[in-house]
Amino acid sequence: MDADDVRRAIWRMAHEILEHNHGLDGVVLVGLQTGGVGMAEAFAEALEEIDGRAPALGTLDVAMFRDDIGIRPVLPEAVTDIPVDLDGAIVVLVDDVLFTGRTVRAALDALNAYGRPRAVQLAVMVDRGHRELPIRPDYVGKNLPTRRDEVVNVSPQGVDLGEVVKS
Amino acid sequence: MKHLLSMADLDRADIEQLHRLTDSFAEVSKRSIPKVPALRGKNVVWLFYEDSTRTRLSFEQAAKRLSADTMTFSVGSSSVKKGESLRDTVLTIEAMGVDAIVVRHGSAGVPWQIARWLDDRVHVGNAGDGWHEHPTQALLDSYTIREERGALDGMHIGIVGDVKHSRVARSDVLAYTALGAEVTLVAPPTLLPPSLEGWPVKVSHHLDDVLPSLDVVGLLRMQQERMTEHLVPSLREYTARYGLTLRRVDAMRHDALVMHPGPMNRGVEISAEVADLPRSVIIDQVRNGVATRMAVLFLLLGQGADKVLGPDDVTEPELQEVIG
Repeated sequence: MDADDVRRAIWRMAHEILEHNHGLDGVVLVGLQTGGVGMAEAFAEALEEIDGRAPALGTLDVAMFRDDIGIRPVLPEAVTDIPVDLDGAIVVLVDDVLFTGRTVRAALDALNAYGRPRAVQLAVMVDRGHRELPIRPDYVGKNLPTRRDEVVNVSPQGVDLGEVVKS
Repeated sequence: MKHLLSMADLDRADIEQLHRLTDSFAEVSKRSIPKVPALRGKNVVWLFYEDSTRTRLSFEQAAKRLSADTMTFSVGSSSVKKGESLRDTVLTIEAMGVDAIVVRHGSAGVPWQIARWLDDRVHVGNAGDGWHEHPTQALLDSYTIREERGALDGMHIGIVGDVKHSRVARSDVLAYTALGAEVTLVAPPTLLPPSLEGWPVKVSHHLDDVLPSLDVVGLLRMQQERMTEHLVPSLREYTARYGLTLRRVDAMRHDALVMHPGPMNRGVEISAEVADLPRSVIIDQVRNGVATRMAVLFLLLGQGADKVLGPDDVTEPELQEVIG
């Protein structure tokens, strides 16, 4: 995918979010640190242009809720910022890549500390498969079959597939 | 991070990383449910051979917010009274299955000794060893200055009072200078260490000379015992020359901060009114202490076998005392 493809995918998913939720009432976009934050901002811009108003926007760092703490180095990367009460809200979690699903599981736990949303939905730019948990996205930019050892890089300039260079 | 023993083990990048982590953990305390499962199943024991209210409570709060389990070993009600040695006590605690020991002891070097006895099988955190170091205090002090002023680079920080007997002063000097600040120790000659060789600090015996150029005034607790040791003639005389009074605050820069590690002697090293001024960030220090200790516990216990920061081999302290 190039930059135009990414932009078009954002616009399509923004339309899907509006259609699915019958507007933006109660919708809160929550970008997962760090890859989902820029995407959530892009969604907010697109939604404002389409619907005339921007949804509430937050960011979430799930490091403290991961299930691999103590197994590999895990560090919080940025401060969580949820500006609204999530009780009764429709939370759209936004991330760049959906892989094992463990980040999303951690995010579902982390959201509990901010209230009880009416619904939680998931928007990702790339679904690369290899799920280890029963989690599926509601909005997908692109389904991208990958090998486990490949690396997917998502940016506003496009989506790239690479291999881990073992040093 | 295997252990947190001394600020000397942390370089600028390590301290800055700890500060960024502290930002993340400070946010946890603001949530409606201020608790995360990060250290579930980890067991921390507080091994306190010296009285402490705020440091122990602060560590306790930090551990609870991370869902770690805690045990308190208080010397007053333990077999130490029956003559058990420190080594036997530590080995006994280890055998019960703990992941970290946070220790405060009256003798310098005890945290190193414990880490060595346990062959690094258990993480050790230094909550104050003798007159030597108190690293979490230095981390929270530097974090508080950073929170208020953005960065410590180029700042002039004064540490005022009983430097000689202060582990806070030693750790603060290391943290502040590592972060690019200039430090001046202000104290009567009797309350300074016999030798300051190798310390990256300036020294003054006159608070009024230094005060106008300071960005931060860090006060130290003045202890009553120093009178009986004849290190200062009287508390009143100490206050007259080194106490931070409202009159002295007028000579400070308008944006200079006032800090104190607590517990305060209002009317001695700090006047009651000064402690309650907006520029006094003493309560912020206490609040930041919890988030700082969350970051420290997370780095000690949350990283598996991998080293995230700090040196592989911790440096030996120079002040080794007999430990028993």
